[in-house]
Amino acid sequence: MIQAFAFYLFAIVVLLSGAMTISSRNPVHSVLWLILAFFNAAGLMVLVGAEFIAMLLVIVYVGAVAVLFLFVVMMLDIDFAEMRAGFVRYAALGLALAVALVCEIFIGIGAWSAGGIDLARRAAPVDPAIPNIQAIGNLLYTRYLFVFEGAGLVLLVAMIGAIVLTHRERKGVRGQNIARQVARRPEEATRNMRPEVGQGVQL
Amino acid sequence: MTAFFQNFVGLPYEWAWFVATLVGILVIALPLMLAVAMIIYADRKIWAAMALRRGPNVVGPFGLLQSFADGLKVFLQETIVPAAANRGLFILAPIITFTVALIVWAVVPFQVGVVLADINVGLLYVLAASSLGVYGIILAGWSSNSKYPFFSAIRAAAQMVSYEVAIGFILISIVLWAGTFNLSGIVEAQRGVLGTPINGFFLNPLLFPMAIMFLISSLAETQRAPFDLTEAESELVAGYQTEYSSMSFALYWLGEYANVILMCTLNATLFWGGYLPPIDMPFLFFFPNIVVPGIIWLFAKILFFFFVFSWVKATVPRYRYDQLMRLGWKVFLPVSLFWVFLVSGVLMWTRVGF
Repeated sequence: MIQAFAFYLFAIVVLLSGAMTISSRNPVHSVLWLILAFFNAAGLMVLVGAEFIAMLLVIVYVGAVAVLFLFVVMMLDIDFAEMRAGFVRYAALGLALAVALVCEIFIGIGAWSAGGIDLARRAAPVDPAIPNIQAIGNLLYTRYLFVFEGAGLVLLVAMIGAIVLTHRERKGVRGQNIARQVARRPEEATRNMRPEVGQGVQL
Repeated sequence: MTAFFQNFVGLPYEWAWFVATLVGILVIALPLMLAVAMIIYADRKIWAAMALRRGPNVVGPFGLLQSFADGLKVFLQETIVPAAANRGLFILAPIITFTVALIVWAVVPFQVGVVLADINVGLLYVLAASSLGVYGIILAGWSSNSKYPFFSAIRAAAQMVSYEVAIGFILISIVLWAGTFNLSGIVEAQRGVLGTPINGFFLNPLLFPMAIMFLISSLAETQRAPFDLTEAESELVAGYQTEYSSMSFALYWLGEYANVILMCTLNATLFWGGYLPPIDMPFLFFFPNIVVPGIIWLFAKILFFFFVFSWVKATVPRYRYDQLMRLGWKVFLPVSLFWVFLVSGVLMWTRVGF
């Protein structure tokens, strides 16, 4: 009963916060609703027994990606009127996308209940005895090793690309020499003076 | 405890589990609140002693009741929400900070088998919960609708996200060595490191540098001195708490110290043996029948690390922000990344062979 209660709680909150993400007026609120949706989706993952994926969802999306979103959105100078002006123009496209997604869900469920895809008997049976970190690791580092490393390389290339595109050498910037700052001693930085009364200090 | 409620009270399993978990949460959270009050007192006393002052000594014997008096004071104050603030988020932010500081305690093992939730992704849960901590601060800064809190929130977000990366890599080298994400498993893996009777990963020369880096990173993660740039009073008034008053301020106060205790606990649990005694040599003790319970060892280690935190706060001057970022990204990140490589190499060599 607790499971059912938890499922409906998480599911309802995911749906509601998803709806609020696209309908709330303030972009910062949108990001926060999105975070709530991520968080409850992680709860759903825990319920289906994928605790590793749930934790990764929270660490990667809630902990890092959404913070960056929030960072950017909070510092934006947003013109709300201009943002809402585009609504009518894109409404048709958005509706079409939504309809397509709903159709895909129905087709997926149809194929599932027709028995077309028998996921339970695929190559990766879930053994309830081994924790799912081990189960994922066993597959990821044996069967899917090259795909996994390939994905890593793609991310690396993307990262280097982003750095190459945004990095620029600026001329005339006085950079810090950290080693020199660290090596600085009080004797080099200060002088003891004993000036005559009324004379002041020669700098 | 579930069995107790099932057999003696006669509840069905699900309800017995529910009540047992609720009781477990209270058993952890209520003493923690008391511990936070006393640890604030200890912090002020240590800090005062290092500055050759007396510290709080008026309220109660030796000033022991000072924190409770402060608590009562803020409780009786009026809660002020600035007119231009984003009301809902302004009230929500301290609640998030406080909650996040409490939820991690669910996976901390206090003794053999004494843990509220013995989940196999314990360490990931800790990382996930600590990554949520940034929201309490970032929301406080933004919803206050004021310059200084906002600067502070931006600083806090950048700082916590940067050091979390390093902490993640440090934890990976621990996980590699222990072979599990479960915190009880990690503590048990520290029994008798390298064939010696001493318990704790700190003895391992490969993991000792990680222990030091984790201690420094945990200072940065909890925004204690010398990394307390989010509350740098000479630059930012009181940082993200500037607009807060009364209980919402007190929640930040409690949450911050609960986080500090938590980080001390993680230091103790991950590198210094957790609930295990420092030396596993029964014949050394004069009374072999009297076994010091593990929770006492854990508390002793937590208090030691808290003393180190206070010591650092009393003696080390505040970092500059660019130095803080340099330490995080240019020193800790490459070193810890290299260390993951090194540790996994050594483990491959010793446990698997070429």
